[in-house]
Amino acid sequence: MIETLPAMQTTRVRTVDFMQPLTDQPQPDAPAFGVKNLSMWYGAKEAIKNVTIDVPAKRVTAIIGPSGCGKSTFLRCLNRMHELVPRTRVEGEVLFAGQNLYSPDVDPAMIRRRIGMVFQKSNPFPTMSIAENVLVGLKLNGVRDRNLLNERLEKSLRMAALWSEVKDDLRKPGISLSGGQQQRLCIARAIAIEPEVLLMDEPASALDPIATMKIEELITELKANYTIVIVTHNMQQASRCSDFTAFFYMGALIEFANTAKIFSNPTRRQTEDYITGRFG
Amino acid sequence: MATAAVPTSVLQLRPASRFGDRAFEWLTFAMSLGVVVLVILVGWQLARGSHLAITKFGFHFLATSTWDPVAEQYGALPFIYGTVVSSLLALIIAVPLSIATAIYLTELAPLWIRQPLASGIEMLAAIPSVILGLWGIFVMIPWLRAHAFPALKAALGWTPFFTGPIYGVSMLAGGIIIAIMILPIITSVAREIMRSVPNLQREAAYALGATKWEVTRIAVLSYAKNGLFGAAILGLGRALGETMAVTMVIGNTPQIKASLFAPGYTLASVIANEFTEATTDMYLQALFEIGLVLFGITILANLLAQLLLKTMTRKMTTRVAQ
Repeated sequence: MIETLPAMQTTRVRTVDFMQPLTDQPQPDAPAFGVKNLSMWYGAKEAIKNVTIDVPAKRVTAIIGPSGCGKSTFLRCLNRMHELVPRTRVEGEVLFAGQNLYSPDVDPAMIRRRIGMVFQKSNPFPTMSIAENVLVGLKLNGVRDRNLLNERLEKSLRMAALWSEVKDDLRKPGISLSGGQQQRLCIARAIAIEPEVLLMDEPASALDPIATMKIEELITELKANYTIVIVTHNMQQASRCSDFTAFFYMGALIEFANTAKIFSNPTRRQTEDYITGRFG
Repeated sequence: MATAAVPTSVLQLRPASRFGDRAFEWLTFAMSLGVVVLVILVGWQLARGSHLAITKFGFHFLATSTWDPVAEQYGALPFIYGTVVSSLLALIIAVPLSIATAIYLTELAPLWIRQPLASGIEMLAAIPSVILGLWGIFVMIPWLRAHAFPALKAALGWTPFFTGPIYGVSMLAGGIIIAIMILPIITSVAREIMRSVPNLQREAAYALGATKWEVTRIAVLSYAKNGLFGAAILGLGRALGETMAVTMVIGNTPQIKASLFAPGYTLASVIANEFTEATTDMYLQALFEIGLVLFGITILANLLAQLLLKTMTRKMTTRVAQ
């Protein structure tokens, strides 16, 4: 996997090749992220404590844990989104495609083109139509080819399981959609630039059960092409749609294993207490 | 049982009379009505004070250019022109500056510098108009005359806007001084509007790999554009009525010249300069009518802005309805 990836762009020149079809390679064993001794502080408060974890590629990894345990913060450390919050500090390293995300010559904007993100609350751009919302990332990258844009628009919306619902309304504003549709629109927007990883921060927590089910089905389909890391409060969701589960507690990684093992036979006492509802 | 009785007795202690609420509603209604009545009264007073001039000169007052109190000839066109052009110049100069400043203050500046810088800009609004005018006469105009205007003439002299003799006092000087005066209000309103853009919008753009400028463009400016338009209109309202500092630098010559180097005159300036000399009834009436025209232009500008804003929002909502 690592060898097949292009070298990480460290300059501002954008050379991501959007003409390439989605990679459809055999399941690689190399991890997508190699996190080593990662600690993170908000000011003086240590939010992530010395976490070491290998996030498998082309699999769904769920991150569970009680509120405030640092799971969203950890997710944001994987594409350097935490840097938008002032006075944060990181130690340790996150290896992605063989390079440390935190080495000084890595441009966070380039990182985020390869590691997409979906947020807890859907956030389509309100002044843009459905089509513009999906294509905004490609346009930022200078893609002007109409055919390619149209093709990518349909493909992304199909992959986000939204195409049949919006194909006649592509010019309508993104915010005219329902909550669940908006969230799938945001997923379409994230995958339109064909990142290698999708980070999802409680993507279904604001949705009704039916919309949640659609998002979960979508996650299962997307893992064929993407490495997915999903933060969730909902343990049924984690057990339904993830392959691996990491349990965080008070900023530390307590346990990381097969989802089946975590939910049937956890090694650590804290994990068991949490998944059986004794705390959190 | 005892606990259930408590709420009932509390309810009984407070009779159903909602006198307080109603009094409050009427009081606030009367106050807001008072503001509207004030505007109407001012308009009515201006109309009453100028009705002789209105009946005598009619439409000629707005369409002719001779302002000669001795011959009892009153044409307000150069003043209308001066007010509109100097205000638009001020907007052209101040809006980009203000929005750029607001972008820096909300999106780019290091946190510790934001508040001091914003306070400093608001301090500009605290400078009395007459002091700014003095600075305009003794500092800005000599500099414009010696450096800026000759350079502009050399670069853009082929357009009709930068031709003719350079006196210093001019329409452009008036526009610049107004721009300085409306800069703080536009900046602080624009800053509040950009601050109200949800962070989630910025994050959405950052997550797509956008640079700071791209985030500002697709997440902040497009989200805030209606509000920024409103900020500019607020500035325009101020610019149209600005009097003292403009009077001191615009040259006070009632003429209509394409060149921005030529002196001009504004509606507000002519009232300020001439009300003490208005010895005849008709002269005073003409000045009142000038006031009425200024009042009308200001209200018109605001109405137009509201209309424009409504069509902008309607466009967005009809796109929803389609």
